[in-house]
Amino acid sequence: MSVSFLISQAKGVQKVIDENSAEIEVLDQKIGDGDHIFNIQRGLKLVVELEDTVKDLPLAKALNMIAMKVLSGIGGSSGALFGTFFMTMAKSSDLDKDVDFNKACEMIISGIKAMKERGKADVGEKTMMDVLLPVSEKLNKLKNESEFKSGLNEVIKIAEERMLSTKDMLATKGRASFLGERAKGHIDPGARSSQLIIDTICKSVINN
Amino acid sequence: MKKFINNNDDFLKESLTGFGKAHSDIINVNLDPSFVSRKNKTKDGKVSLISGGGSGHEPMHGGFVGHGMLDAACPGFVFSAPTPDQMQAAAEHVDSGAGVLFIVKNYSGDIMNFEMGAEMYSGKNDSIITNDDVAVEDSTFTTGRRGVAATVLVEKIVGSLAEHSGSLEECKKLGEKVNKNAGTMGVAFTSCTVPAAGKPTFDIGDDEMEFGVGIHGEPGRKREKIQPSKTIVGNILEAILDNLKPEKNEKNLLFINGMGGTPLTELYLVYEDACQILQSKGVEVTKSLVGNYCTSLEMQGASITLLKCDDEILKHWDAPVHTAAMRWGM
Repeated sequence: MSVSFLISQAKGVQKVIDENSAEIEVLDQKIGDGDHIFNIQRGLKLVVELEDTVKDLPLAKALNMIAMKVLSGIGGSSGALFGTFFMTMAKSSDLDKDVDFNKACEMIISGIKAMKERGKADVGEKTMMDVLLPVSEKLNKLKNESEFKSGLNEVIKIAEERMLSTKDMLATKGRASFLGERAKGHIDPGARSSQLIIDTICKSVINN
Repeated sequence: MKKFINNNDDFLKESLTGFGKAHSDIINVNLDPSFVSRKNKTKDGKVSLISGGGSGHEPMHGGFVGHGMLDAACPGFVFSAPTPDQMQAAAEHVDSGAGVLFIVKNYSGDIMNFEMGAEMYSGKNDSIITNDDVAVEDSTFTTGRRGVAATVLVEKIVGSLAEHSGSLEECKKLGEKVNKNAGTMGVAFTSCTVPAAGKPTFDIGDDEMEFGVGIHGEPGRKREKIQPSKTIVGNILEAILDNLKPEKNEKNLLFINGMGGTPLTELYLVYEDACQILQSKGVEVTKSLVGNYCTSLEMQGASITLLKCDDEILKHWDAPVHTAAMRWGM
């Protein structure tokens, strides 16, 4: 993981999120209030725009700058959660050394753990954690394997299955929880956007 | 979408700047990070009250900054929680050393961002969470009840105590009492349109209403055919009274809040219906508030809040207040 990797991934994710923005917006209007997609798009735009500022910085400093940008520029639940994710990654030790696959996995795992604590949400509550926590568990198993590319295909599969599984859940966290039974039958918009992010990044790593 | 708008990116900034100019005798508007603060510095020893939340609920919260109410308010984007750096900057700006009390509505995004803001602020601080919406079941299996219109009452009443030298602990205690004594439920006839979305948040038929709606147009308890005002008001009050169970001869404040698109004429009609129904049930109404205070952009609809009042609450309700949206006694 390097600063240029982060920025190129942000650009890739931005493209995919923009392509799927109408779908996510509709999902959020069904069970939320419709702000999720705008928050995600605003956050990605801010990170991509940081390219010139962060491209020559050490990784820890760049991650911290991205974290503060996300935290102060997005708002809503997404801003707090993704800001927490990057802030935790920035606090990882030994970022001045080469960050290999194993280390990158550890950083992502600790970031997702911090998101879970911030949002106080767990699997089965119809939120983005339904995708992120199983992905984190899988990365934990994968991290020391040398043949991680086939493993990443499984990560893609897990993310998609878990995203789809939110459809029939009752929401017990976040704004959809106010809906009760009426939230059933709709995929959680945060789960969908998280799955798209994971899908995009994994595919990009596999193909390079 | 028909709105007074130049371009989406500047929507909030332009509105906040106008608000600052229109009320320059009472407040200052700081941009980047955005917060509204009192024109005059917080006096030494006075606890500072800071609230905030997504924009689109005006006059909440910026309209409640001033003597007898808030010291600062942090506006987020429309319907999105503000960011931690706003809360940190506002706290650093207003705290006179007596500490900061954050007043937060019970929504996941608001809770998380205020929590982070509080962690980033090095001074003494505490928080209260409002959750007066009886439309939502309160159980360990949900995020809990939403914080809606009673937040206005909490800000007014605790604001007075802070003005009268209440400590941080006392302010928190009174705020929690007001929140516990209050119940709210709303109904919507039309949707609102978030400027960035450009189209209505939900579809609703000409003859339908959303019963138990939230303040972001998020659905409530059920979708129903529209009924006469007395029936709607009766159903809302039934849900509130079920929850609050006021004692006979207990004093109450009745608050009819417009969602933004309903004229005052109708809100006063709702007030009359509510007074009659409450009287028939032996519930005494001693204080009133009618108007658009906690809105959902241009949504048509209203919420009813009942607040059980003891002498302490009554005293602080009546105390002088001077903000952009609420003024009496001075």
